[in-house]
Amino acid sequence: MAFLDRTARSLLLSELLSGLGLTLRYMFKPKVTVNYPYEKGPLSPRFRGEHALRRYQNGEERCIACKLCEAICPAQAITIEAEPRADGSRRTTRYDIDMTKCIYCGFCEEACPVDAIVEGPNFEFAAESREELMYNKDKLLANGDRWEEELAARLTADAPYR
Amino acid sequence: MAEAQIKNLTMNFGPQHPAAHGVLRLVLEMDGEIVERADPHIGLLHRGTEKLIEYKTYLQAVPYFDRLDYVSPMCQEHAFALATEKLLGIDVPLRGQYIRVLFSEITRILNHLLNVTAFALDVGAMTPFLWAFEEREKMMEFYDRVSGARLHAVYFRPGGVGRDMPAGLAEDIMAFTETFPKIVDDMEALLTENRIFKQRCVDIGIVSAKDAYDWGFSGPMLRASGVPWDLRKAQPYDAYARMDFDIPVGKNGDCYDRYLVRVEEMRQSLRIIRQCIEQMPGGPVKVDDRKITPPPRAEMKTSMEALIHHFKLYTEGYKVPAGETYTAVEAPKGEFGVYLVADGTNKPYRCKIRAPGFAFLQATEFLTKGHMLADLVAIVGSMDIVFGEIDR
Repeated sequence: MAFLDRTARSLLLSELLSGLGLTLRYMFKPKVTVNYPYEKGPLSPRFRGEHALRRYQNGEERCIACKLCEAICPAQAITIEAEPRADGSRRTTRYDIDMTKCIYCGFCEEACPVDAIVEGPNFEFAAESREELMYNKDKLLANGDRWEEELAARLTADAPYR
Repeated sequence: MAEAQIKNLTMNFGPQHPAAHGVLRLVLEMDGEIVERADPHIGLLHRGTEKLIEYKTYLQAVPYFDRLDYVSPMCQEHAFALATEKLLGIDVPLRGQYIRVLFSEITRILNHLLNVTAFALDVGAMTPFLWAFEEREKMMEFYDRVSGARLHAVYFRPGGVGRDMPAGLAEDIMAFTETFPKIVDDMEALLTENRIFKQRCVDIGIVSAKDAYDWGFSGPMLRASGVPWDLRKAQPYDAYARMDFDIPVGKNGDCYDRYLVRVEEMRQSLRIIRQCIEQMPGGPVKVDDRKITPPPRAEMKTSMEALIHHFKLYTEGYKVPAGETYTAVEAPKGEFGVYLVADGTNKPYRCKIRAPGFAFLQATEFLTKGHMLADLVAIVGSMDIVFGEIDR
């Protein structure tokens, strides 16, 4: 009986036809594709994207040149030079990130004791040349100014877990 | 007519071939369409991971493990985290263990979904591949929510996990386990009984249990040959001892059995995921030892002692007592082991990585000899090799 059953199924192409029927049913299901440049998938508050240097509310930069991020960076992508400023406070004179070396592990953000360097939600910073990916302090601070609202919201959202 | 002498044809396969799964380069000696000799050439993705790790602190070494087998990142972090913990002599809190098991199993599904459907693509079935990517997308979202990256997570750290799971994630994963079996069923409806798929897989690349032992196989490659060997059962690590799951084994050890074993493993992984979420206890997710894990940020901002610990951990790292260990986990591909030698400093003296794919690849000739060229593609597809871990 099992033999007859199997032969009949085989001759009638049952598994092929049921497979075709299944793909046909899938054709009428709602599409899941995201229309990318106009629609984007969800991002979590922990997402590690483009770097930014943040400022305090009064406009003073947060980074105090403790160089923890430089020390922890597994790819050695961060270069920092620092000097005391005229007002006596310690600030960086140079803060470079080589974005071609960076592996986006998020250790710099974890290490930073003053929440200055953060990895933001931006992942669309493709460039046409390598030079554009050698970020300096101005570029990082500009990123911070541009994304500050979102960066602060993300940090608050994730604060209970950090 | 004089007899013509026909020489075997030497043919190059890969490294830029879609069926080569990355950068596999095979030099094949063909007699007509029959493979006489298959010589895999490796090293095209060599990055010197093992040597680099010797110059990184234990925390800095973690991202390197994501980049070995980039299809199952968290399982490899798991091996390194367990090895370091063994040398440090610490135990991870229960919640941390459960989260690690939960995400190891999500990783297993991620890996098997890609492998099974890419294998189906290699032998001519494209649709399951597209369906699988929809599901992989959902699981990578879980990755993103818990660690901040969709692939290179850096989530399992020596001493626990990076951060606790965000609120609501457990419920979403639970909802996913309700819908996912339907996708596996649909995928199986297209493949398992399909005559074209079976003609390409059944009795192709047969490995007997003895051969599997001799070649050092592990994981689904070994289990498809009928050996019920699984490190999650044989030497349970983390919370696996508390989990109730079955180990699927094959009978013939051919490509078809390897496919079936992987599909069943996905279903078993779902069982483990459900148990993890149901039994998940509260509490800390990493060891409460300030010499190993950094203090919470809020404490670091107010307590001088915590700040000192924070600075010490992110510059110097922690010192691991001298000793050596071989610690292996059941990665989706097989036994992934880390042989770690510590010399009492803050950096590993040596870190040898045992990649399961390496053992599979060296059996290429044994598996493919006498098969047709098209069968070689099926065999390579069913071996589940990823070059990140083979070349290291």
